[in-house]
Amino acid sequence: MESRGRLLLLLPLVVVLLAVIGWPLLDTFWLSFTDARLGGQTGTFVWFDNYLHAFRAPAFRRALFVTVVFTVCTVAAEMLIGLGVGLLLNMDLKGQKFMRGLLIVPWALPTVVNAMCWRVIYNPDFGALDAFLQQTGLIGTYQSWLGDPDTALIAIGVADVWKTFTLVAMITLAGLQAVPQELREAAAIDGAGPFKRFCVVTLPVILPPLTIACVLRTIEAFKVFDIIWVMTRGGPLDSTKSLSILVYQEAFSFRHAGYGASLAMLSVAITMLLIGAYSRAVRMQGVPR
Amino acid sequence: MTPKQRLGRIAAYAAMILVAVVILAPLGWIVVMSVSPTVDLTTVPLPWIPSALDFDRYERLLTLAHNSDGEVFLYALRNTCFVAAGTTVIAFLLAIPAAWVFSRARHVKWLLYLIVGTYMLPPLMFVVPLYRILSSFSLLNSPWALMVADSTIVLPFTTWFLKSGFDNIPIEIEEAGAIDGAKLWKILLAITLPLAKPLIGTTLLFSALIVWDEFLYAILFTSDSRAQTLTVVIANLASGRVSDFGLLAAAGVVAAVPPVLVGLLLQRSIVSGLTSGGVKG
Repeated sequence: MESRGRLLLLLPLVVVLLAVIGWPLLDTFWLSFTDARLGGQTGTFVWFDNYLHAFRAPAFRRALFVTVVFTVCTVAAEMLIGLGVGLLLNMDLKGQKFMRGLLIVPWALPTVVNAMCWRVIYNPDFGALDAFLQQTGLIGTYQSWLGDPDTALIAIGVADVWKTFTLVAMITLAGLQAVPQELREAAAIDGAGPFKRFCVVTLPVILPPLTIACVLRTIEAFKVFDIIWVMTRGGPLDSTKSLSILVYQEAFSFRHAGYGASLAMLSVAITMLLIGAYSRAVRMQGVPR
Repeated sequence: MTPKQRLGRIAAYAAMILVAVVILAPLGWIVVMSVSPTVDLTTVPLPWIPSALDFDRYERLLTLAHNSDGEVFLYALRNTCFVAAGTTVIAFLLAIPAAWVFSRARHVKWLLYLIVGTYMLPPLMFVVPLYRILSSFSLLNSPWALMVADSTIVLPFTTWFLKSGFDNIPIEIEEAGAIDGAKLWKILLAITLPLAKPLIGTTLLFSALIVWDEFLYAILFTSDSRAQTLTVVIANLASGRVSDFGLLAAAGVVAAVPPVLVGLLLQRSIVSGLTSGGVKG
């Protein structure tokens, strides 16, 4: 391929990306060292004040804690449930084709719609969850799942896992297509039990795609914003205030553009570590094409 | 079948039914709510089965009357479709040629990795500068501005998705054209793109799904029916003082039907689309 023609084909994308991604990134980096306010003047250079402030502020530590707990718990739950459902639907069962189609529905549901639906279901006065639990005798009186700091994050996590485990199940199912059937039969003839067969034959094949899925899901979960914003806006008592919600509130509700930018930088630093883990996971796969 | 195997199959069916119920129960309930009379939904204990079928909310949401829920909702629907279409067009014009080069020329791989990397950054990284730029050009609350903002998400995605698709089109077919001395863009237009039609269709649908879902930019950069998208309207409905849960449910159903249909259409490519090749390079 002639290299000038190539350059011309690449150039439009690169220019636009520099404008809409490159420049904002640099600007956020710069802003994070200033005390700029949103809609106000550019602000003055304050060195590391914003960062020092972030490390001292309990709000940042708390939001980091909420984000980590949310990420670890939802990703673990959706990986386990997704893997289980994937294995189940790989069995020769009637109706498994319908089930595979059904898995698409939560995946395709817009996150905001999912959040709104669960918010209605969790409603403390007329919600379906309370109605169901009370009518079956599991709880005595209606609970406010999203209004109680002890249960709000769990309730959001359940809503999130309900939507996202389906992707893991789909990835597991796709990975299982690559498991050599002869090998499984051979192992069975050799007297390997179901558990051993799974560990020796199935797991090595589906582990690489699952690893990638796990890292990608971790990165996504760490960015969590939409579902929390719609369900609780970070409340009650900041019990569901994730890093993204904190950045949003600092930068846009309190108009502290500089401080908000420094918080965004910090969460990106953490995301970078996760991306590093991702590329390691990809390289470990060792499937150069 | 031994009794043990039979027991295993019964357990498997039971588990499958449980999964189906877990997925279907919340969805089914939202649909039931959307057609239940308001009185039923605010009765304790909840009667579950609606005393009458009430399609009134769908009618309200889908008729354009001044100052009504329908006006807000339909304008949002229009804006979402408009932004989705616009963003997709931008993404295609820019990403198709670039993705093709990334697929054919190996030594620019680092640039591809850089672009894919930005896809994983939280949008909150771009949001403050974007807001400042848009407001200084008085572009807040405009669907055009939202297209630009959404491009920050859609462009990296389409680039790597198209790239991994182009990888599956053998380069030999193009080399025949190159020998004839055709220009690069002519080879792309005449030889590669016709072969890539399914790939382009799939990418188009994925891009539209991403925009349909987008919430953060939409809530920050829009403020009224001129640019507000469906996700913003639904979020506002959810946190507002709507006393009719059926209306919320109906809005959710209408907003969910198009992406779910698209998802079912994409069934085969979802997994490859979200995990496979592309990032592997």
